[in-house]
Amino acid sequence: MIGALLKRDLGKFFPFAGGGAALPVVFFVAVAMLYPFAVGPDQELLGRTGGGVVWIAALLAAILPLEKLVAQDIELGTFDQLHLRGLTEEIMMAVRLLAHWLSFGPPLILAAFPAAALLALDGQSLHLLLLGLLAGTPGLAAIGLIIAALTASLRAGAALSGLMLIPLALPILIFGAGALARQDQASLGFVAAISLALVAIAPLAAGAAIRAARDV
Amino acid sequence: MQGSPTPKLIANALACRRGDRLLFRGLSFEIGAGEALHITGANGTGKTTLIRALAGLTTPYAGEVTCEGALGLLDERTGLDLDQPLGKALAFWHRIDGCRDPSGALKVLGLEPLLDVPVRYLSTGQRKRAGLAALLNRGVPIWLLDEPLSGLDAAAIEQVTALIALHIAGGGTALIASHQTLAIDGLRTLAIEDFAPMDEPA
Repeated sequence: MIGALLKRDLGKFFPFAGGGAALPVVFFVAVAMLYPFAVGPDQELLGRTGGGVVWIAALLAAILPLEKLVAQDIELGTFDQLHLRGLTEEIMMAVRLLAHWLSFGPPLILAAFPAAALLALDGQSLHLLLLGLLAGTPGLAAIGLIIAALTASLRAGAALSGLMLIPLALPILIFGAGALARQDQASLGFVAAISLALVAIAPLAAGAAIRAARDV
Repeated sequence: MQGSPTPKLIANALACRRGDRLLFRGLSFEIGAGEALHITGANGTGKTTLIRALAGLTTPYAGEVTCEGALGLLDERTGLDLDQPLGKALAFWHRIDGCRDPSGALKVLGLEPLLDVPVRYLSTGQRKRAGLAALLNRGVPIWLLDEPLSGLDAAAIEQVTALIALHIAGGGTALIASHQTLAIDGLRTLAIEDFAPMDEPA
């Protein structure tokens, strides 16, 4: 049952799988492409600031899929029907979290290669960037899921979720981009720890949120 | 078709509210195998709220629900993906329910020509029939039907009524909330307005 659910969720959110959710990746590469045009082709400046720009682009790209992430299935009654089949909301949300991360984390990590080339990042910076994204994107996905579930029953939910994600994602951004500034991967441990805690909390929080959304 | 224990659905002194408003209270009934209950009431009297409380989707304000046997729910939200063709959207639920041969229900409900049409383009009545097909293919003993006849044409009404009657005759249980009349033999009726609170200021 869980396999079938994961397959459906992936089909809905994975880029180019028919769902057409390639927007976050396109957005991410577009930011990396535009930045050199905006600040000029100074290689040294690009190399020094480019990592931070990639992190900001990753954070903003994580906001894009939130609108469809939970609200649509509440409206369709999918979660109600799954509840009647004995599945708990926590499991539904854990599956959704995995599908959400798979459909934007790994594609973003792959897109970091062309982004790094566009921003003239050196090998060491690219190494730290990839490790950082690997450690940080699960956390971004978890924050996104919690917010999407909390705002699903609100009318202006989509606009609100962007505003809510930014402050919550700050610790990941600070430690993730900080590793690039100091050229030291120690702080990526913090990013991974934050991500782990968020991933552990997210299914519980999002599950409670969609249950609460029924009692209106 | 049925699970091993005989299906039973009992509501005991149920009270539900929506927002701050108490919709009904002291509502009790018991239905078992081969029985059906028709909940009647005007719009906004709490039929859908009652069904959702019976399904365990919301917690009733007071009272309790006892349910033996698996529940199936058909309401206006069928859980079918709007972007998918009907065949694929239904196939997801068939996989979830472990249904190996869904074709019988699809044929009976006249859905076969629609399998390639995206759910988004289906009419209300067609979606309702698709939801009923998913419910049929689950093979659960207790049916909770919220306005099963709304949006259906005369032929489909007859057909759906016959399917409900068949389910009951086969030892199933059904609770139907509808403001329309149902032509089913031995159907008990319960008017939800009889349980509306009296002393509540309007």
